Amino acid sequence: MKLTIPEEEIMSPGHLACLGCGATLALRYVLKALGKRTVMTIPACCCTVIDGPFPFSSYGVPIMHTAFETAASAASGILAGLEMTGNKNINVLAWAGDGGTFDIGIQALSGAAERGDNILYVCYDNEAYMNTGIQRSSATPWGAWTTTTPEKHPKDRPKKDIIAIMAAHRIPYAATASIAYPEDLIKKVQKAKDKKGTKFLHIFASCPTGWKMRPEDSIKVARLAVETKVFPLYEVENGEVWRITRKPKGLPVIEYLKIQGRFRHLKEADIRRIQENVDKEWDRLMKLASDTIK
Amino acid sequence: MIEVMIGNHALSYGAKLSRVQVIAAYPITPQTEVVELLSEMCSSGALNAKFIKVESEHSALAACIGASQAGARTFTATSAHGLTLMHEMIHWAVGARLPIVLGNINRAMAPPWSIWTEQNDSLSQRDTGILQFYCESNQEVLDTVIQAYKVSEKVLLPSMVILAAFVLSHTFEPVDVPEQEKVDAYLPPYNPPYKLDVNEPHTFGGLTDPEWYYELRYKIEKAMEEAKPVIREVDEEFKTIFGRSYGLVEPYKCDDAKLILVTSGTITGTSRVVVDELRERGKKVGLLKIRTFRPFPVEDVRQVLVNADKVAVIDRNISFGHSGIFFEEVKSALYNGEKTPPIWGFIAGLGGRDVTPATVQEAITYTERHDEPEDIVWLGLKL
Repeated sequence: MKLTIPEEEIMSPGHLACLGCGATLALRYVLKALGKRTVMTIPACCCTVIDGPFPFSSYGVPIMHTAFETAASAASGILAGLEMTGNKNINVLAWAGDGGTFDIGIQALSGAAERGDNILYVCYDNEAYMNTGIQRSSATPWGAWTTTTPEKHPKDRPKKDIIAIMAAHRIPYAATASIAYPEDLIKKVQKAKDKKGTKFLHIFASCPTGWKMRPEDSIKVARLAVETKVFPLYEVENGEVWRITRKPKGLPVIEYLKIQGRFRHLKEADIRRIQENVDKEWDRLMKLASDTIK
Repeated sequence: MIEVMIGNHALSYGAKLSRVQVIAAYPITPQTEVVELLSEMCSSGALNAKFIKVESEHSALAACIGASQAGARTFTATSAHGLTLMHEMIHWAVGARLPIVLGNINRAMAPPWSIWTEQNDSLSQRDTGILQFYCESNQEVLDTVIQAYKVSEKVLLPSMVILAAFVLSHTFEPVDVPEQEKVDAYLPPYNPPYKLDVNEPHTFGGLTDPEWYYELRYKIEKAMEEAKPVIREVDEEFKTIFGRSYGLVEPYKCDDAKLILVTSGTITGTSRVVVDELRERGKKVGLLKIRTFRPFPVEDVRQVLVNADKVAVIDRNISFGHSGIFFEEVKSALYNGEKTPPIWGFIAGLGGRDVTPATVQEAITYTERHDEPEDIVWLGLKL
């Protein structure tokens, strides 16, 4: 079998991530796919810390840390600055968590996407404000426990559909990806890299600490999210062509939910409701998708 | 070449002559003409710059920060709510030591809505570490933008060039527009010591524990202190090439003055007229214009004011619960000096209320007639 994942390791060991951190794996793959001619900006998120404290850095490319709500606008500025100083053909990567993307940074992201600035924006989604200690975000799924949605009052709103929002900007490329499917992830990064304009990648990045699960189940839970259709893998070109990039097995959602402590409080009726919602969302996606790979 | 232009266009020409490479800005009354003219300049090719039309002022400064960190000379302009929305990123630009120049049109903060001049927007940025220059004329606006780049790029701190809403922003004045070649000779291209470089990767702004953060703050303060002689040198060099200079402060008829009035911005121009008239009537009244608010010119202020019998400060701003902000700063500058003349604080012209020669005269008369200094006297109050 031919290895499709680039061998070169741009990210170094010695970072400060928790055991089983999905975000760290996601970044490792994204950097492999982009290569060393990449400049990165990181708003406040887990990866601000994971990189390592001054004077250490584990990411291997130039990094500008930036304020929470500014990943996209800082990236636009970096791109303009590089171009005006004669530095062409450099990948500008905005690397943000779900808080910095779905919530506080969505205005700047929408601005950059509308302008069509030639950046790759990656949201690694661990479905809550994990860096501040597991508070709900608008990426937290219905029914999940967080420290601000305690078990007696778990999250009572569904997760925001960020890909639909980005696709509505008619950007050249928007896609979901998962750490459990690195070949698919890397292919999508490479595809995004070759397109001009604002590209958006939404990566499912499991968080054993925040999801109250075993670190060794990090990949397993990410795979189950795809196979249960909780987090389907698909891509959208120009807001028009929707394509499923992996056909899920369609396992029952309970398989995904039961290994995570954040869903432990759910009753049978709640799980039924989640299953119904997942099925409904899948049907909606299937209506949009003109093509299914595999 | 002398051209007649509004203060907003003086900002645009200052940026153009400085050959800015990246502009990111968001329109706000009364700043809009700054970005409109820059947009035209960029689209016609008169200025070779990338203009990022962002969706907010917060993003404007964030984009400038990104561009500056990549090594480009960057410019933005705003006012009031735009500036206060940028506040977080002003701290960021300072901490990142990026020499961005920001034009700010002084406008009052809502509510109630006001589009007229007042200094509370810029003075609310006092403790961020951005250099602040308050301009009296459109010529000074244009010249200060060019000077600000030279100062900022030497000390690696951002600068704010400030002008009054409408009184300067929309008022036509003759402005001597310097020749590009002369500006090029004065202001070399920006060549940052550190930048985002794929051939030499560095991390900027990473988590820094208490072991080193403290020292980084000390270095910002040292850069602020260094800025004082740098502003002086840059201003003197400017004079040798362009024939104009402004200093950190400008004393006007202060040598033998018994009473010295302290002002900033456009109230200075009005006060010059009043001082001239009083001088004609034999009154020993002088005027101290404070141009550089950060770094605060403590030594210059002391030197000018120390021999006065009385000092009166007019503030178009207020720190609620204390006093006018220039008053507070002047008073604190004098406190540890050898002599501390009595000092009166006057509030005037908030929300764009006209400050006329009569208003200035009222402050002087009040100071003359009282012996006990007061921290706050409101001029022209209708209550």
